[in-house]
Amino acid sequence: MMQLEIGQELASKTFTINRKLLVAYANASGDQNPIHQDETFAKSVGLPDVIAHGMLTMALAGKYLSDIAGSQNLVEFSAKFIKPVVVPADVDVSLVISGKVTEIANGTAKIELLAICNEIKVLGVAKGLIKL
Amino acid sequence: MLNPDLVGRTFTSADSVTVTKEAIQIFAEVIGENNFEVAPPTFAISITLEKSQALLQDSGLDWTRVVHGEQRFELKRPIVAGDVFKCSSTIESARNVAGNEIVSVRSDLNSGSELVVSTWSTLVVRA
Repeated sequence: MMQLEIGQELASKTFTINRKLLVAYANASGDQNPIHQDETFAKSVGLPDVIAHGMLTMALAGKYLSDIAGSQNLVEFSAKFIKPVVVPADVDVSLVISGKVTEIANGTAKIELLAICNEIKVLGVAKGLIKL
Repeated sequence: MLNPDLVGRTFTSADSVTVTKEAIQIFAEVIGENNFEVAPPTFAISITLEKSQALLQDSGLDWTRVVHGEQRFELKRPIVAGDVFKCSSTIESARNVAGNEIVSVRSDLNSGSELVVSTWSTLVVRA
């Protein structure tokens, strides 16, 4: 694992979210809620368009942490879903994740994450605790 | 609306879920992970979501109006292929804020007597 120190800014990583990925995530996770696949249904319940599963955004943020620490070293992970990631048909939406080391104690490091989509913060107080 | 008498009660699923290598790989590939030896950090949700959804629907909650507000995981160790889990879900709180019902549910994945992962989901039922 890379050497981490308090205050360190971790390089951002960009993930692509599109309709195809939403279908793949629905099948992998079992979450077949139509707001994540069916535009007509999504609009009928007042959404602007199909939106990504909040848990897909969080899974990608988890991948960001796995790349830093290894999946086996993540011990806590939390996030609030503050804004939907809107995914229009035939569009690749970019999700940019970055992180900052905010605490190092007792053999663990806390990493606070920023998740940005179209210049909008989509996860709130997103953070992971990793074993060093 | 959720039956308030059910807050604080724990429901353990009768059936067990066996984690397969295929399930880990399919989940991992979606997020671009090529390590299939352990499950990705949020993999537990693919087990706990269905169980907590069933519990909440049985408890009177209208799932079609549910929005995911917040999610937390505590991982005692990574999930691996071959794990056999029982899922225990507890409705920790249910409150009404400006007409919206906010429900917090904890789901634990236990392998025998070993607690492997705890998940907390905060769900908002839109008015």
